[in-house]
Amino acid sequence: MIAEAGLAALWLAASLALLQLALAAIGLAGGKSELLGAVRPVAVAQGGLTAVAFALLITLFLRSDMSVLLVVTNSHSMKPWLYKFAGTWGNHEGSMLLWVTVMGVAGAAVALFERALRRETHMATLGGQAAISLGFYAFLLFASNPFARIDPPAADGQGLNPLLQDPGLAFHPPTLYLGYVGLSVAFSFAVGALLTRQVDAAFARAMRPWVLGAWILLTLGITAGSYWAYYELGWGGWWFWDPVENASLMPWLAATALLHSVTVLATRDALRAWTVMLAVVAFSMSMVGTFLVRSGILTSVHAFAVDPERGTFILALLGIYIGGALALFGWRVGAVREGAPFELVSRETMLVVNNLLLSVILGLVLIGTLYPLLTEAFGHKVSVGAPYFDRIAGPIALALMIAMIVGPLTRWRRDRMREVTRRLAVPLVVGGLVFLTLAALAWGRIGILPFLGLVIALAVGVGSIAPLWKRNLRRTPLFTWGMVIAHLGCAVSLAGMACDSALTVEKLVAARPGDTVETAGWTLRFKQILPIAGDNWTALQADMEASRGGGEPVLIHPQSRFFASPPTTTTEAALLTRWNGQLYVVLGQEADEGRWQLRIWWKPFVTLIWFGGFLIALGGALALVGRERRGWLLKWRARKAVEAAA
Amino acid sequence: MKAKHQRLILALVALVALIGAGLLAASALKDEAAYFYAPHDVKTKGVEPGKAIRLGGMVVKGSLKRASDGVTVHFDVTDGKATVPASFKGITPDLFREGSGVVAEGAFDVGGTFQATNLLAKHDERYMPRELEGMQYDEKSHKMKVDR
Repeated sequence: MIAEAGLAALWLAASLALLQLALAAIGLAGGKSELLGAVRPVAVAQGGLTAVAFALLITLFLRSDMSVLLVVTNSHSMKPWLYKFAGTWGNHEGSMLLWVTVMGVAGAAVALFERALRRETHMATLGGQAAISLGFYAFLLFASNPFARIDPPAADGQGLNPLLQDPGLAFHPPTLYLGYVGLSVAFSFAVGALLTRQVDAAFARAMRPWVLGAWILLTLGITAGSYWAYYELGWGGWWFWDPVENASLMPWLAATALLHSVTVLATRDALRAWTVMLAVVAFSMSMVGTFLVRSGILTSVHAFAVDPERGTFILALLGIYIGGALALFGWRVGAVREGAPFELVSRETMLVVNNLLLSVILGLVLIGTLYPLLTEAFGHKVSVGAPYFDRIAGPIALALMIAMIVGPLTRWRRDRMREVTRRLAVPLVVGGLVFLTLAALAWGRIGILPFLGLVIALAVGVGSIAPLWKRNLRRTPLFTWGMVIAHLGCAVSLAGMACDSALTVEKLVAARPGDTVETAGWTLRFKQILPIAGDNWTALQADMEASRGGGEPVLIHPQSRFFASPPTTTTEAALLTRWNGQLYVVLGQEADEGRWQLRIWWKPFVTLIWFGGFLIALGGALALVGRERRGWLLKWRARKAVEAAA
Repeated sequence: MKAKHQRLILALVALVALIGAGLLAASALKDEAAYFYAPHDVKTKGVEPGKAIRLGGMVVKGSLKRASDGVTVHFDVTDGKATVPASFKGITPDLFREGSGVVAEGAFDVGGTFQATNLLAKHDERYMPRELEGMQYDEKSHKMKVDR
């Protein structure tokens, strides 16, 4: 009954989405206020029903109900419960249900908590959200039903891809989806505002927390995914420019640009049309990403199965929604009044530079990701990988980082060049000193990009805290702290990337138990190799002692795991984290009589990459809380004032 | 500055950035995009040494040899029409074995051996590099069948 109830909940939610769209459309077009009053409760009910359907699918997985096709093809009764639970979204149908759930719940949240938006725009936004949801309900119900039964039930399931059997699966996809799909709210806001022609500062102030919220979660999701890929794949890299990674990066780039332009619109009432455009682009990138991932059209480790039919379905949805939103934009952009003008030397200009550079990176990543599809249409099989992306994204990202130093030190509306230069003195001097020191120490020994990366990272590090200079720290608004910490996070992350790229030491050997391997100041004693067993796997495990500079040896255990269902071998790297880097050891195959392949990396300061990502998200959270708190305080004071006057 | 002028300047800057980005992408793609070659393509079209490509085919049975350092492998890649030698230093994927499909990323050295920097083998039962779709190894005749 659980599966049937889940399917019923989905159908009901889809009907409510249709109702929500109809109520909003008729109410707004015909000026029927009483119809509009029903939109919010319907949106909340719709969100609730998606959550119910999702909870029911989780229940089916936890109970290992082998009469449900999705459980049979993706789960196994012997799997640890955490992977039964997280395995719910480790497959196509389950992840699409998660997508729809996030969309429904986000819509319900907009219905419940959005108070700043004008009523008509609010209703039009909810109508827009229902319209997008409908397409994905159709996709789920007609092309990817997660609740399909099989008769007779299977004896047991086929298991989950072992690469996914990791705690990372419980955290990374839901966080990523909350951000990725949460951007649909910004999309709906843009559609709503275009319909009611109310694009102004008040609209931007209402949209900002939703954009910030989605962006924070997207940042966390990408950071977590990067670390997961780093330790799980055993390749020692943290970003592979895989199409699916790009699919999450592109919405992030658009959302980051949107985050900055929405601030310009909220503070200075400028960049109106552009901000609306970015809101449309950001979620469009999420949908393009889903198309790339779910159609299996590009070679990727994330592609579960190649299914052209589903690809066509998503492509049609893409065409309808992106095309529709762009058409609406083209139709209504004339009605969006011009925003306030600003001088050339101003914070606004710097944020335009930020938006321009982010958009250029986005465009170049999109071209590189889609290029193989384009050439395949002409009969050439081509792959575009790290060499392309590093070459184009690297220099522009560094330019963006330099703009990041200047922007926060420039005043809104108009500023004087001389003043800006004066405020920039300290970061510039630090950058110059680092440049000279590094040039003296390592010129020609590290690549030009990591070299510049280190210099700019330190300059940004100093520059990012410069806005706090001579301020009363306790009276500095929380959202200013948020900006400072997020920018500092960028510097920290960049420093980690540059260090990893410039200073990593790699060693590849075949060794016998009893041998000692030395690399990068570490001594590794290979003691023995033993078979061990886990819940649903067996493994060969190497026992090794790692020590540095005559210090206390630490035991580490790289493994090669074998899973029977489905039959797959995975490597479990041993990681040893120190304050100044990570030791990363992978056990390979038996090379010949008694010798085992070992791949050892010493990666100085590599952990800064993810620590920086965390700081960026933390900065976003501080900004969100700071803005919201200021809103509450202002309202509270206004009420007090009214009471006092009365 | 008048608002009209400002819009014009912004639009111009955006246009220049767009064209610049397009040119940058075109030049980078020309240099960095790795074309897919089957051994037969290598023999007929020729690939200059050092040019990054993807080489795809089947690992010839009996050709897989491990060097004395224990971490380098030498093998031959075939598509049924031609065969080229390849070598790789590193830990090979678990499903990389004789008679199975492989996509190798790397470049030819001057001696004509393909120096792979990365090997992509069949990921699991359900996943296969797209480049290998349509290539099949016939167990009986030990020949590759390619329908493209």
